[in-house]
Amino acid sequence: MSVLSYQEAGCQAVAEEMRRDGRVWALGEDLGRGGVFGQYKGLLEEFGPERIADTPISEATIMGASVGAALAGTRPVVEMRFADFALCAMDEMVNQAAKARFMFGGQARVPLVIRQPSGMWRSSAAQHSQSLEAWYTHIPGLVVAAPYTPADNKGMLKSAIRCDDPVIYIEHKDNWALEGEVPDEDDYLVPLGAARLAREGKDLTLVTWSKMVGVAAQAAELAAAQGIGIEIIDLRTLWPWDQDMVFASLEKTKRLLVVHEAVQVGGFGAEIAATVAEHMAHELIAPIRRLGAPRAPISYAKPLEDLLRITPEKILSTVVSQIGT
Amino acid sequence: MSNNSSHNIDRDRLVDLYRTMRRIRAFEETAEAASLSGQIGGAVHLSIGQEAIAAGVCANLRLSDQITTTHRGHGHCIAKGTDPGAMMLELFGKEGGTCGGKGGSMHIADFEVGMLGANGVVAAGIPIAVGAAHGAKLLGEDRVVVCFFGDGAINRGPFMEGLNWAAIFKLPVLFVCEQNGFASTTHSDAVTAGAGANARAESMGIEAFEIDGNDVAAVDGLVGDLVPRIRAGGGPLFLSARTYRLKGHTSVDPALYRDQDHAADQWRHDPLKRAGEELRRLGLSDDELSAIDSAAEGEMRRVSETADAADHPDLAHAYDDIQDIGAPVWEAGS
Ligand SMILES: Cc1ncc(C[n+]2csc(CCOP(=O)(O)OP(=O)(O)O)c2C)c(N)n1
Ligand SMILES: [Mg+2]
Repeated sequence: MSVLSYQEAGCQAVAEEMRRDGRVWALGEDLGRGGVFGQYKGLLEEFGPERIADTPISEATIMGASVGAALAGTRPVVEMRFADFALCAMDEMVNQAAKARFMFGGQARVPLVIRQPSGMWRSSAAQHSQSLEAWYTHIPGLVVAAPYTPADNKGMLKSAIRCDDPVIYIEHKDNWALEGEVPDEDDYLVPLGAARLAREGKDLTLVTWSKMVGVAAQAAELAAAQGIGIEIIDLRTLWPWDQDMVFASLEKTKRLLVVHEAVQVGGFGAEIAATVAEHMAHELIAPIRRLGAPRAPISYAKPLEDLLRITPEKILSTVVSQIGT
Repeated sequence: MSNNSSHNIDRDRLVDLYRTMRRIRAFEETAEAASLSGQIGGAVHLSIGQEAIAAGVCANLRLSDQITTTHRGHGHCIAKGTDPGAMMLELFGKEGGTCGGKGGSMHIADFEVGMLGANGVVAAGIPIAVGAAHGAKLLGEDRVVVCFFGDGAINRGPFMEGLNWAAIFKLPVLFVCEQNGFASTTHSDAVTAGAGANARAESMGIEAFEIDGNDVAAVDGLVGDLVPRIRAGGGPLFLSARTYRLKGHTSVDPALYRDQDHAADQWRHDPLKRAGEELRRLGLSDDELSAIDSAAEGEMRRVSETADAADHPDLAHAYDDIQDIGAPVWEAGS
């Protein structure tokens, strides 16, 4: 084990996979200087400019060329810089990457990882703060991952690189500096599709992912002081999601709250809530609740930006209302 | 086509251009300081070194003409007539900002002076400018639209699509490519094929010009010739302005990826220094010049103090101006 930041753990994952498999390469803007968040630091020096490729500002072609390069037998790690800029490459992601295997009758695979740094970060306003993971869960053909811990950022990124499906890989911009124990082994893999039990509790199951796992943990401390036990499931992968772990937890707690930073309306919390309602509504003893952002673009001014944030206090008051019912 | 024209500019006009540039410089230096001190929260992209393009182009526009700009757009806004006080309030995220504090540096807009918006997405302003020109043509108005963008933007699809569109519809647009050598931490040359922006424009039949973008008199002179041609219905034109980004990509970027000696040497070509020397040659005294400088610096100091003291926007504004039906409802205390 070593203590690494989320950013270093991701960097290590890419480096190990590039050493292991000569077909793996990374492309995107400013990668030669280590990437805008330092998540490719040192890789140019080790692997050279052909495998750590600095691209023009050409998101549609960064994505489209990656689809082509994947069809041709390589395994691209695609850097979108900010999730917001991936919107410039939507056709390439949704119509091409996600569908090539199926449309072509299984002749081809599109093994690529599409890294999308997401979320609110330092007054970045409406075009640099979005959490759009739910969009991608709606697209057949895509895997959607959103790790929270540094260890998961290593183990899941490695799994994503080895995965033969296109993986939307969401890293939270506020997490880069987060430190944690990370296994040193270069075969440390965290399977996609498996959630993580982040905290045990008897009274309520809180399902969340990405940065909100940390916020939920703070809320759980506050709740514990009031004698309320919150069980936190870090979903880690949104599609496919670990229904077994969520259902098993709910057998025990019988109360569900889903929390996400993204806009609540049409968010992935709705899918989880509906699925749970369909399968085990009769076993629950409190109404299912979701907690997400208001359906508002993210403001620049700090107090207005803060208004849209999910805080431990907001989670706690929702939990208390559920326990009270 | 290369143009190293018109040093026969008259003195009063050059004084005005110099004053605009100095106000931009003072705004940028004030914003830089406020960013480094933490008074400004979001990213700030400074146009220090590029002021001559903003001043020289916008001096040839009418209030009814329109512009779009980029993440590095403070200079264009000031030159087009936006109040720096409202801009600084916006950078501070305060009430009274150009966008009520909801947009920040990268989203300044001021429709009253024809400033249709900065943009957080590279090249996104290009089709918007083209569309604004399309609209002006449909409405039969004789507006000209100037589209500012960087040398990094010419490798995105919307650049090619926007130029082609402007050409086939013969729209009143002046495309201004600010060639400052960098796209973020990348040298623009390293990721741009062929002869670059002008060759791309010319391949679509758009006449393209190149100019020393640090020579404000030259920019003013050339744009003064181009804008009337566009206004008369001649279709789009393209201008590449060579300049240099004297600071990092953002206010907090030390730009260590570039040759430090070369970067330091670029200050010799500082457009303000050059215009100041030209003004002294035309007989302006040191006192007259420094009076312009200190007026601009004083103005921006006051602007910054006012912004610092101003209130944050009322929280309810977080839910304003989203959409007419279906917007979230503000409840105090929520
Ligand atoms: C579509 C898109 N991709 C990437 C970015 C991130 N980004 C912001 S500014 C910038 C560099 C732009 O370079 P250039 O167009 O030359 O403008 P300059 O900063 O030099 O003024 C990049 C890559 C973005 N904002 N939008
Ligand atoms: Mg540039």
